[in-house]
Formats: sequence, structure tokens, C-alpha cells
Amino acid sequence: MEDFRARVEGERAYLLRYASLQLRDRHAAEDAVQETLLAALAGESGFAGRSNLRTWLTGILKHKIIDAIRRASRDGAVTDSDPSDPDSLLFDRSGHWAEAPPAWPDPDASLEQRQFFAVLEQCLERLPAKTAQAFMMREHLGFETADICKELRVTPTHCWVLLYRARTALRECLQANWFKR
Amino acid sequence: MILSCKEVTHLVSQGLDRHLGFGERVRLRLHLAICDGCTNFKRQMDFLRKAMQRLASPD
Repeated sequence: MEDFRARVEGERAYLLRYASLQLRDRHAAEDAVQETLLAALAGESGFAGRSNLRTWLTGILKHKIIDAIRRASRDGAVTDSDPSDPDSLLFDRSGHWAEAPPAWPDPDASLEQRQFFAVLEQCLERLPAKTAQAFMMREHLGFETADICKELRVTPTHCWVLLYRARTALRECLQANWFKR
Repeated sequence: MILSCKEVTHLVSQGLDRHLGFGERVRLRLHLAICDGCTNFKRQMDFLRKAMQRLASPD
């Protein structure tokens, strides 16, 4: 039992980083992790026979994160103050690229570099709150779009726009801060 | 009907979130065949998804 407790506690830093990426609010992230650790210790039997403690804990944490997102969206706490339209900067009036994206040389090699993920996280932090939340629910937690719309209380069209904005902003950010030559 | 680059980028993004219809896929492919900028954009969107999956993986 003591050994299990120590192993669970040893995953705290990883879980906190995971929760912070998604929730952005340090206190909410710490709460979600704390609830996860308590639930894990209370439910040790649920882990019995599974091979990977981190994967099991992350599964519990995802549910705690979803609860936190639900609470925040019920309170109307997450809004983007300036929903600026990136299209007007990216494209001219006829819908052509203002500046066409150049090719990225060997992007897969970046996936092997720790520094790349540090840049990616910085880019994620720069996204407006609601845009980031929709994107992280989609790409980090693996939600279907319909569920994201429901949790964030927006229409499917608005949901796609949020995801589009996140992706184009991240593309620009990676272009400028990682793939520039 | 010819899609603009702007419309193509929206479709490419939505293609990551929903199943595109037959007509949408055809028009997308026709545009990508002749547009390097949008082809790069699409590759980068696919790469972004891969990078996020790696970021979310527990290892």
C-alpha cells in the first residue's frame, strides 16, 4: 500500500503538467490532480493487473478535467474577449493567400526534439482561452466535435471556427518560432 | 465551382473534425492539385495533429 502511494505520488508532476495544458488555471489544474490522486488511492483495486500506472491515472484525470470544464462553462467563465477574424490577415479579398505557407523541411524530425514541444506549448498558451479550450478538448482529450459544442455551449459552426482559428494561429506561431529559416 | 484558398483552409480544418461530403472532397482535391500554398497548409495541419497526439501521449 505504501509503495502504491509513493508510486502514485511520483506521477503528480506529470499529471499537473497535463492538467495545466488543458485548464490553464493553476488552481483548477491542482484541484483536478488532487482529486485524481485521491480517487486513485481509494481505488487501488481498479489498477490491479494493469501495466501502466501513468496511463491509468491519466484516464482518471481526463474525467476530472472534463468536470472542471463543465463547471467553468456553466459559470460562463471562459470567453474570448477579442474574437478577431484571422481570415482578414491571412487572405486578400478574393480569398487568396496574403502570404502562402512555405513547406516545412522534415517536420517529423521535430517530433524527436524536446525543444519543439516547448515551443508548441508556448504557442498553445498564446491562444485565446475559449479557442484553446475547444482545440485542447479536440486534440488533447480526443473529444468528438459534437461533444465539444455541447460542453462549451456553442453551435457546430462556431465550434469549427474555433478549431480553425486555433489551428491557423498555431501554424503561424510554429512557422515564426520553429520553422523559420 | 472553384474554391478559393480561404475556403480550402476551412475545409481542410473541418476535414479533421467531420466527414467531408463527396463533392467537398473532389473540389478540395482539385484545388490542392494546383496550389502549393494550400498543399503545404494541409500537410502542416496533419503534422499539427500528429504533434498534439505526441504531446498527449503518456510516454
